[in-house]
Amino acid sequence: MTTPLLSLQGLTKAYPGVVANDQVSFDIGEGEVHALLGENGAGKSTLVKMIYGLVKPDSGTMLLRGQPFAPPEPRAARADGIAMVFQHFSLFDALNVAENIALGMENPPPMGDLASRIREVSETYGLPLDPFRTVGDLSAGERQRVEIIRCLLQDPKLLIMDEPTSVLTPQEVEILFETLNKLRSEGTSILYISHKLEEIRTLCDHATILRLGKNVGECVPAETSARDMAEMMVGSTLQTPERGGREFGDVALDVSGLSVPSPSEFGTALRNVHMTVRKGEVLGIGGVAGNGQDELLGVLSGEIQTTADAIKFNGQPIGKLGPTARRKLGVLTAPEERLGHAAAPDMSLTENALLTGSVREGLESNGFLKWADTKNFAEKIIEAFDVRTPGPENAARSLSGGNLQKFVIGREVLQNPDVLVVNQPTWGVDAAAAASIRQAILDLAAKGTAVICISQDLDELMEISDSFAALNEGRLSAPRPTTGLTVDEIGLMMGGAHGMEVAHV
Amino acid sequence: MIVLEKRPQPSKAWSYATPLVAVVATMLFGGILFAILGKNPVEAIGTIFWEPLFGEFAFYYRPQLLVKGAPLVLIAIGLSLGFRAGIWNIGAEGQYIMGAIFGAGAGLAFYPLDAFYIFPIMVIAGAFGGWLWAMIPAFLKVRFGTNEILVSLMLVYVAEQMLASVSLGLLKNPEGFGFPGSRNLQAYDSAHNAELIAGSGMHWGVVTALIAVIFAYVLLNRHMLGFHIRLTGEAPRAAKFAGVNPARLILFCLGVSGALAGLAGMFEVSGPSGVVSIDFNVGYGFTAIIVAFLGRLHPVGILLAGGLMALTYIGGEIAQSQLGLPAAAIQVFQGMLLFFLLAFDLLTNYRIRAARSEVA
Repeated sequence: MTTPLLSLQGLTKAYPGVVANDQVSFDIGEGEVHALLGENGAGKSTLVKMIYGLVKPDSGTMLLRGQPFAPPEPRAARADGIAMVFQHFSLFDALNVAENIALGMENPPPMGDLASRIREVSETYGLPLDPFRTVGDLSAGERQRVEIIRCLLQDPKLLIMDEPTSVLTPQEVEILFETLNKLRSEGTSILYISHKLEEIRTLCDHATILRLGKNVGECVPAETSARDMAEMMVGSTLQTPERGGREFGDVALDVSGLSVPSPSEFGTALRNVHMTVRKGEVLGIGGVAGNGQDELLGVLSGEIQTTADAIKFNGQPIGKLGPTARRKLGVLTAPEERLGHAAAPDMSLTENALLTGSVREGLESNGFLKWADTKNFAEKIIEAFDVRTPGPENAARSLSGGNLQKFVIGREVLQNPDVLVVNQPTWGVDAAAAASIRQAILDLAAKGTAVICISQDLDELMEISDSFAALNEGRLSAPRPTTGLTVDEIGLMMGGAHGMEVAHV
Repeated sequence: MIVLEKRPQPSKAWSYATPLVAVVATMLFGGILFAILGKNPVEAIGTIFWEPLFGEFAFYYRPQLLVKGAPLVLIAIGLSLGFRAGIWNIGAEGQYIMGAIFGAGAGLAFYPLDAFYIFPIMVIAGAFGGWLWAMIPAFLKVRFGTNEILVSLMLVYVAEQMLASVSLGLLKNPEGFGFPGSRNLQAYDSAHNAELIAGSGMHWGVVTALIAVIFAYVLLNRHMLGFHIRLTGEAPRAAKFAGVNPARLILFCLGVSGALAGLAGMFEVSGPSGVVSIDFNVGYGFTAIIVAFLGRLHPVGILLAGGLMALTYIGGEIAQSQLGLPAAAIQVFQGMLLFFLLAFDLLTNYRIRAARSEVA
């Protein structure tokens, strides 16, 4: 057997109160794309930070090609051929590509030489990039290319990629995968961190699964179903949301001829939106981000007001009502941005429960707050939605993304809404939490709530919605029943009147 | 190298400890400053903090603490509501002046009538004057989106001109032999904000300040409006989502802080000062900003901070007269207090850790 490129043996790292990695061992072979899978908080980040020299392990050893390897800092790790593309880019918007890359180098060559090397690498690996473009003008995908090229210029033996596809369009993902395959064929190993299972199945040769800091299993992704991998990640059987045969009632929410300018300079105006949602129906609204999703949620929540008749709830015009009045009627919403919009980061969960729950849960009388009742409501949400937190007195920002999302959705669901509008309900949430959120939405619909689910995750929309519409530049396509809808038809709806215009790559 | 690491949530212990640590640090570095000026630092610090409370003439200085502390607390309570919501009223000094002019004007309009209702009318007029002056930046902000910091600040200078104008004209004492300044309200019983217990320093302004502290505490901790104020400061988008009307909040916060500053001015002019004069205002409106922050924008904290600030004022005056410390040194000393408070405040949200330097 050949020596693996990198061998981790019994790596352990504990932080106060939590063991981030507990005796983690696995090998990464030469020229292998190795996936590191795990829920949020499973210890993936800590593990790669140890490999990259950002964090020192408490115990355990690493062997690089059979030699002991313990990088005291990232510079040493880079010198040994390890490069990392972070999830969040560290680029200066005002500088151009070549300048940004030069900044990260120990001894940058003259700008002209560097630019030609950047061109060379970008052409070799199919990552078109002009070294003299200003980073501020680049798309997220192009920025990622800058980071990747920065790594490739070091000629790495092991490339670590942390959730690289979370910011990419499907076309950009395809290009990235081609690049990674080319790197693999040249013998570069890749450690690929993700929780998008389908991606891992197409790309990776081998997968290590972490749960609660422990290595709980390895598999060959191509031979393992996404469901099996998800269950290994979660440690329990994953439940596919159940949808009973539903009968729809009367129209609960009727939006007609809704046009509003965007409140922000960079937003998208909504143009002549029509839709109706019946009681018990789930309407899924798809579309690429930035096509009016935030504005649509704002209009439905009452943050943006319109003409009274544009939105009707049970026949009653509500377009001019504010958020509190709409909540009183039973129209509840859960925005996409958890910290800062759906919840106040520095306030406790109790206070955040009050944020939308005051009217329907009777948490105030004559303006005076009932803190005991509010705390009970917060505890009810925490318990019903399995929010992992020591208690309701903790600040919202101390929760992981998935847990806070469960709290935010749970807060609205438990108020028994007549209409619930959610935007990206499972964004950045691990598989188990996502499944429970979807189930909660379906249960609510089964009880007769009209649900609008705005999401960019088409699989999610196909799974839970009864009808589907797509937002495109602020226009909403006519809703159609989900059953029998083909991928091509969905693509056409998302492309709108402009036909199938492919996103610029 | 030292790195700052954000805490998962603000540290309770540090938020209480910072004011104390800041006071200790101020004493330390203030002591060094006094030593450089050639004074005995222990004696100077002792004079500032000990003399007014327990010294030989404490019977005189203790009432002065209430007289100086009350307007500071009253104004700072009002300011803190706005500051909590991210609404920055920097012009309390102007609202204080207008409160004094309106209050004194209302009282003097009745002169020499003797009636029980004159003082209550003056209270209302004083609050109205401050409120009116604060409504100018509030209205401009709501209607045109102007910056309330600049508008309220500039209105201080307008108010100062008004003060000079009425001292020399409208409210000038007709029996004052041509000197600027109004009649002395202390000599007009119906309008005099007299001490409630002689020699205690306790006047209606002190009572009002205490009521304001309780009112603010209940508002912030037990009332929806207070929750909305805090929410707006913490996360404006979440506040809008929760149904807060930002315009109404701006009008409320600026209105309350203006009215309280106006009350402070009215109680001052009808009591300790007695006279509307060109140099009536002594900067309470600005110092109250420091008091509000020193008290961590918390009502009880502001009460304590107002007391501490009054202490440094009076102690500073004693140090000036007894030890010959320059007035500027006392001001530097007070500035240090705010500086250290803000600096140590960092520790509630961050912790300091030693780390090796890294090249990213």
